[in-house]
Amino acid sequence: MLDLPHAKATETSEAVFDLRKEAEAAGITETLRELDQELIGLKPVKSRVRQIASLLLIERIRQRAGLVAAPPTMHMSFTGNPGTGKTTVALRMAKILHGLGFVRRGQVISVTRDDLVGQYIGHTAPKTKEILKKAMGGVLFIDEAYYLHRPDNERDYGQEAIEILLQVMENQREDLVVILAGYGERMTNFFASNPGFRSRIAHHIEFPDYSEAELLFIADLMLQERGYRFSAAAREAFEKYIALRRMQSFFSNARSIRNAVDRIRLRQADRLVSDLDRMLEISDLETIDSADVLASRVFSGGADARSSNP
Amino acid sequence: MKLTQGCFSYLPDLTDDQITKQVQYCLANGWAVNIEFTDDPHPRNTYWEMWGLPMFDLADAAGVMMELAECRRVYGDRYIRISGFDSSHGWESVRISFLVNRPAKEAEFELVRQEVAGRAIRYTTVRKPAEHASV
Repeated sequence: MLDLPHAKATETSEAVFDLRKEAEAAGITETLRELDQELIGLKPVKSRVRQIASLLLIERIRQRAGLVAAPPTMHMSFTGNPGTGKTTVALRMAKILHGLGFVRRGQVISVTRDDLVGQYIGHTAPKTKEILKKAMGGVLFIDEAYYLHRPDNERDYGQEAIEILLQVMENQREDLVVILAGYGERMTNFFASNPGFRSRIAHHIEFPDYSEAELLFIADLMLQERGYRFSAAAREAFEKYIALRRMQSFFSNARSIRNAVDRIRLRQADRLVSDLDRMLEISDLETIDSADVLASRVFSGGADARSSNP
Repeated sequence: MKLTQGCFSYLPDLTDDQITKQVQYCLANGWAVNIEFTDDPHPRNTYWEMWGLPMFDLADAAGVMMELAECRRVYGDRYIRISGFDSSHGWESVRISFLVNRPAKEAEFELVRQEVAGRAIRYTTVRKPAEHASV
């Protein structure tokens, strides 16, 4: 803020802005590239994030050019099924907003109902305020926000937390960005019973489920990060695994894949250790075999068949 | 009479922007920021009442300013000060303290002279009673 008058004086005289330089100075080209590379799929999310970043960038340049610049509302809601990357994108969002100077510090405070709502009368307001104060200058990420509202109990303290949140979201828009996250259906109900929330949130972003190809790609990336790779047969087996797992209960997208990868590593280690009388090569250590994948209980009917097939 | 206590007190009163910057400086140094208020600003009264808990884990001054606004709303007719406590080893004391709110009618003090044994003179600062007994 301090260097604003100076910037105005020099920039308005030329009245031409190098967009690429501006974007790079704000660090958004870098952050957006990371977002593109490290997050698979999520097309609608990425395009929305890019739009927001562009708007903020243009807004910043407009301000320096002396045009009218009203700071836009940046509160967001992320809805989508489990494991679709809501938290990950929220962290990236904070980086982008910070790079563009929309939030001053860029810290992310991630909370759930427990952190906001107190246990007895008079406990909620200070608790919520404490969190809000910590989040000032950054992003407040409220996971599973619909738990704040308990329709079955009208004396629930959640309502008090909601009221304080709404007040701060309205009055201190420049100090704080609130991101609500939760599963689609329940968030819709939550907004239906708290219309104040819905109208104060400018960006409702829907996180789609991953396709099978995307999930396979995610698994490849995860293995790569951990220093493993699929053998050709194992990759094929994992494709089948994904197709089966998606149909079974408690499927949560990338999170299920991460768990599967971790269990596959367990089985691979077990397989290697079970045969002590052999020389290991590096390729043995990093290769996942089809047997490691096929041993999963997913192939024998999933969690329901757990007792019969450990 | 303008009460002078703590830092900056011989300057014109700080604006909210200036207070924000001072608070941000405190937070950047890792000091715990406290908001305190009193209706007894006697220089010997070091024990002001605290508004809420010390704020040591904030990233941005906006959180403190939010509390200050709330404190001013409730105790706008009293003196309010902000102090920054440095808990690091070797300091363990208040590093900065400045007034951020004054009542419309400021407290007045006078020096009272007292003669004691051996014609010695003792002075003590005494608060003048308010002219309109409204406080």
